[in-house]
Amino acid sequence: MAFNYDKYLRVNKMPTLWCWGCGDGVILKATIRAIEKMGWDMNEVCIVSGIGCSGRFSSYIDCNTVHTTHGRTVAYATGIKLAKPHAHVIVVAGDGDGLAIGGNHTIHGCRRNIDLNFILINNFIYGLTNSQTSPTTPRGMWTVSQKNGNIDPTFDACKLAIGSGASFVARESMTDPKKLEKILVKGFSHKGFSFLDIFSNCHINLGRKNKMVSAMDNLKWIDDITLPLKKWEALSEEEQLNIFPTGVLREVEQEEYCDMYKEIQKAAQGQRPKITQDDFEKKI
Amino acid sequence: MREVISTGNELAAKASVDAGARFFGGYPITPSSEVMHSVSDLLPKVGGTAIQMEDEIAGISAALGASMAGTKSFTATSGPGISLKAEQIGLAFIAEIPLVIVNVMRGGPSTGLPTRVSQADIGQAQYPTHGDYASITLCAGSLTECYTQTVRAFNLAEKYMTPVFMLLDETIGHMHGKADLPDIEEIEASNVNREKFHGDPADYKPYKAEMNKPAVLNPMFEGYKYHITGLHHGDEGFPTEDAQQCEFNIERLVGKINTVHLENNGLDDLPDYEEVDLEDADICIIAYGSIALGAYEAVKKLRSEGIKAGLFRPIMLWPSPINRLEEIGKKFENRIMVTELNMGQYSKEIERVIKRNDFTTLLKANGRPIAPAEMVAKVKEMI
Repeated sequence: MAFNYDKYLRVNKMPTLWCWGCGDGVILKATIRAIEKMGWDMNEVCIVSGIGCSGRFSSYIDCNTVHTTHGRTVAYATGIKLAKPHAHVIVVAGDGDGLAIGGNHTIHGCRRNIDLNFILINNFIYGLTNSQTSPTTPRGMWTVSQKNGNIDPTFDACKLAIGSGASFVARESMTDPKKLEKILVKGFSHKGFSFLDIFSNCHINLGRKNKMVSAMDNLKWIDDITLPLKKWEALSEEEQLNIFPTGVLREVEQEEYCDMYKEIQKAAQGQRPKITQDDFEKKI
Repeated sequence: MREVISTGNELAAKASVDAGARFFGGYPITPSSEVMHSVSDLLPKVGGTAIQMEDEIAGISAALGASMAGTKSFTATSGPGISLKAEQIGLAFIAEIPLVIVNVMRGGPSTGLPTRVSQADIGQAQYPTHGDYASITLCAGSLTECYTQTVRAFNLAEKYMTPVFMLLDETIGHMHGKADLPDIEEIEASNVNREKFHGDPADYKPYKAEMNKPAVLNPMFEGYKYHITGLHHGDEGFPTEDAQQCEFNIERLVGKINTVHLENNGLDDLPDYEEVDLEDADICIIAYGSIALGAYEAVKKLRSEGIKAGLFRPIMLWPSPINRLEEIGKKFENRIMVTELNMGQYSKEIERVIKRNDFTTLLKANGRPIAPAEMVAKVKEMI
């Protein structure tokens, strides 16, 4: 039987604002299927988005949704999650939103390991504002803000998330929706900060001047620059430079921030001693 | 009545908890940090949360997130922090998210005079961010008011679904002394909580509000799923660019504060200003915040010398007490002296309201307070 998306969508908001062939729709559908797999009550789900094409993501799913300002999604979501720790909070941000203007909040969300599900829709360009360079735009590509070619180094978002302390870090692309759904379920099931770097296409604004004028060209390019982790590990160091590993890149059990804050509340209320270094396995 | 010995900053923190706030998001900044220091223990004690975020923007963003979720929230900072928070304050205005923003004012612009007193952020409190909206701004003139007016700020935020500025200045924030506070039962009995829609979720339209009325935003996770956005939005909260709707939105955002304030001569039952010895006075001193403490002394000194001076002290700076200021303008004509710690930000408002600029000003913007003797000397020049 065909999956019933209508149950989860704000059907009267269709069609979406996104261009024909945009990967955001595939990610939207995979997110919905993952939510169903999780069995979450939609009253308990909150989706927080920022600014850009991905900013509209929140408005299409029928739950508690917030369309915040540019780059601040993780900070808003941190407040929501701490105020209502029982909620399932999904953050959706683009590569510009989550890595450029909002990079600091992404770092510290990962560091606190607060139980948020962060979906980075990474299409390597600023789409909504028409083709400006983003932190993940490959070097040498044309952008409207670097008409003579982009010289800024490309950002590996997962390395940032791992370095910042997120306890679940994974990468997948929307070219394989089934795999994408699986990794979203894994991320949603994980307790702690789940960082999901999802490669997506923007043939309109990335592709048009970079020889990927159709969605298929752009998807083919994404396939060419990604390889499952195991296969990636078998590559030489030189070969690895131009390929991004996909799959789960980090999955560890780590103290979650809301849980730890409950201990702060207990300490303040005299129900336990103040927290000291001895409470943590790793002292520094 | 409760007698406590405390500081202005600590009293603002205590007031927030007593007003029902259960979430604080902030970032360290002089001279307001003690507010965060206090709530880092006070809030978890009552089951609330106080979090030091990675920057000023994140501090207010987390507080707004918590408020959207339905928890009374606040942040505290100083001028540079407000500059950084400005965009989020705009979201709070347009999306109608209640929030109290405590600003303990220091000298500016930029890093300015971090440890010294100023009242130069009152213009910023009126228009902290781009676009059209109306701000509610309260200003504490005593240690007691650091408590009572902060409680009031929360009640106004919840009633009008808007961010509210609670201004302290460095002097009053760091002042340490005795303060008489109302009993906690009295505070709790008058605490305001935002209105809720109780009908069928299918009929819920969070932003369907009449002209000059606030939106009705239910807490999240209680069965009323809706959308909050910083874009212009229609009744259901979804983005729109419809010209009529956008015009209505802006008129309603401004009107729910300014028009209501003017029509009802206030936004609540509490006084918007204090008057001391004004009835039989020949000369009116206008001062607010810590400067008013000096003005009380100046009035006493002038009266002891046979000069009939009185004091008008605004408590709600924005919207300003227009009706009363007009009366004062008529009664005292040019026998008015406005004194403030900036280059005349409130003086300009008085000029706008009373439509004359022949009054005297005593202004200072070097991080130092204004002594009563300076006020006395200035008044004597006027005679």
